[in-house]
Amino acid sequence: MTFDVFLQHLTNGISLGSLYALVAIGYTMVYGILRLINFAHGDIFMMATYFTFYSIVIFGVPWYAAFLAVIVVTGALGIVLETSAYRPLRDAPRISIMISAIGASFLLENLAIVIFGGRPKAFPAPDFFTEVIRFGTVAIQRLTFIIPVMTLVLLFVLLYLINNTKSGMAMRAVSKDYETSRLMGVDVNRTISVTFGIGSMLAAVGGIMWGMKFPQIQPLMGVMPGIKCFIAAVIGGIGNIHGAVIGGFVLGLAEILLIAFLPDLTGYRDAFAFILLIIVLLLRPTGIMGEKIAEKV
Amino acid sequence: MVRKLSILLIALLTVSLLISGCTPAASDETAAEEDVIKIGVFEPMTGANAAGGELEVEGIRLANRLYPEVLGKKVDLVIVDNKSDAVEAASAAALLVEKEQVAAIIGSWGSSFSMAAGDVIKDKVPTVGASCTNPLVTQGNDWYFRVCFIDPFQGKVMATYSYENLGARKAAIIQEVNNDYAIGLAKFYTDAFKELTGDGDAIVSVANYNTGDQDFNAQLTNIKSANPDVIFAPGNFTESALIVKQAKQLGIDVPIIGGDTYETPEFVDIGGEAVEGCVFSTFFTSETPITAESETFLEEYRAEYGKEPAAVTALAYDAYILILDAIERAGSTDPVALRDALAETEGFEGAAGIITLDENGDAVKNAVIKQVKNGEFVYMDTIEPR
Repeated sequence: MTFDVFLQHLTNGISLGSLYALVAIGYTMVYGILRLINFAHGDIFMMATYFTFYSIVIFGVPWYAAFLAVIVVTGALGIVLETSAYRPLRDAPRISIMISAIGASFLLENLAIVIFGGRPKAFPAPDFFTEVIRFGTVAIQRLTFIIPVMTLVLLFVLLYLINNTKSGMAMRAVSKDYETSRLMGVDVNRTISVTFGIGSMLAAVGGIMWGMKFPQIQPLMGVMPGIKCFIAAVIGGIGNIHGAVIGGFVLGLAEILLIAFLPDLTGYRDAFAFILLIIVLLLRPTGIMGEKIAEKV
Repeated sequence: MVRKLSILLIALLTVSLLISGCTPAASDETAAEEDVIKIGVFEPMTGANAAGGELEVEGIRLANRLYPEVLGKKVDLVIVDNKSDAVEAASAAALLVEKEQVAAIIGSWGSSFSMAAGDVIKDKVPTVGASCTNPLVTQGNDWYFRVCFIDPFQGKVMATYSYENLGARKAAIIQEVNNDYAIGLAKFYTDAFKELTGDGDAIVSVANYNTGDQDFNAQLTNIKSANPDVIFAPGNFTESALIVKQAKQLGIDVPIIGGDTYETPEFVDIGGEAVEGCVFSTFFTSETPITAESETFLEEYRAEYGKEPAAVTALAYDAYILILDAIERAGSTDPVALRDALAETEGFEGAAGIITLDENGDAVKNAVIKQVKNGEFVYMDTIEPR
């Protein structure tokens, strides 16, 4: 393998990894604060791509306005989902909420099949993002630079939000112990809704970026990215936002380099992601960045 | 409030389950069961192959509208979704055989789904495939027939095109590794191409991917570094469109060619400018109607849908009228009699050409080569079998 080819693989890996990272942040944030694996995250992500499709293709909204509107609408969708599917189960055992999350995921998928149809649609990616820049023989889409930057910016915004604002403090309090937070006057329901809103907005950004990179959308498109980003979040240490970014890059690079160096194993790409998950769970259950969590008795 | 919401959610979930379930989408239940002949259709209506399934169902519906009766009985279609999944395909076929007790079955787009259904329909219901081209669909199964040619021929056609028209001496293959159609077609292409070039190493790179994959950059980077003259990419249309697109973005400028699955509107929608110039083999062209039936089909299809039909639509139409013809010849819907009638098909005039079934139940037909030009599929050439 020549150096050029290796560089091309490396950029491919970084580009895929940063996409995983972007979606994994939202996943891990909701988990970190609610201790709930939001299985519907991938489907909210899918809904965001359809919202973008309809606003640009059917309603002819310019892309920048469409992107903003979609992020807001998807955030609202997340809040609606939280209020209808998770809030009624606030005091139920954790497992009930998880089952409700699986139900919500199926509901969104099937609603999308009924409303949007099962046939794949072409995502309207603006030329600005998809333009290819060449360095010698290495070809890089402009998007490849934008996604990692976007991921890092969102990472810092999110960290600021959680560590330096009042709602962030409420989120941290709720994540530690929500009974006590409630006693201290924190509006738990509102805090959780905000968390979901932000998580869904992150899913929307991820969905838009994903749609531009892989311009084909269909109702079940959120399933595999959802699982992959969950794996990324677990590798990084679920609940840890830095970890999700690192996990995303590790997974993306690992997948691409597997194909680069062992092309015969390409068919096992998804299996490889799961094997990685199992190894991490066996050797370091809290992930790369995860702290040891003391069992509450 | 909480209770109301949860009741609402439960109701919504139940509804969505019902909608997504294997319930027949279009069975017009009539009171007099005996006066109706049911023909089952199992096609991918959702999932990765939904567009292909829909194109075939269009053809079957049109045929059903034009020829709604046989032996003085009304023909009812029972359409089930196989969800682009081999396991679902087997249960969809089982539903048609066991519950709906259909007289015959049409389907499916996607050889994998047809093969999954093979054992279910065997010895029970004669089945006619429209566009499933993998030889294994009908091999060793007297109950499965098809109105299209098979992949050894299609692979040879594309290998010859690469060798003669493109002047290619080195080829690379990128195939959908869990799709029997793609694997079979890639193998036959490989055999034919090696024979033509007389070079055992004529295939310089083989890359795999899975159904539903969206990122092919790594595989394409490997192919690029092997420097082929042509890339043969058999597989599902959505993945293929993304492959061509990503190949162009990586700066790969050799021709990318494929099989009949390319001929779907989504291939052009998703591929956009990148798929311009892609060449593929298919079954039929609307530019040179072959039989009187072709004329009827083209006229009615254009009137109903306002567009040019895809080859698979014509084939699905043929599958339906062939079954009706066989029922007439058999004089009943007795499964064994119907099977024997189908097997004897010779010189039957279909919309997509004359159908003569060989000893395996496969049609022996011409192949057509088409190219994507300005977002349309343009006819290039017709190739005769053998």
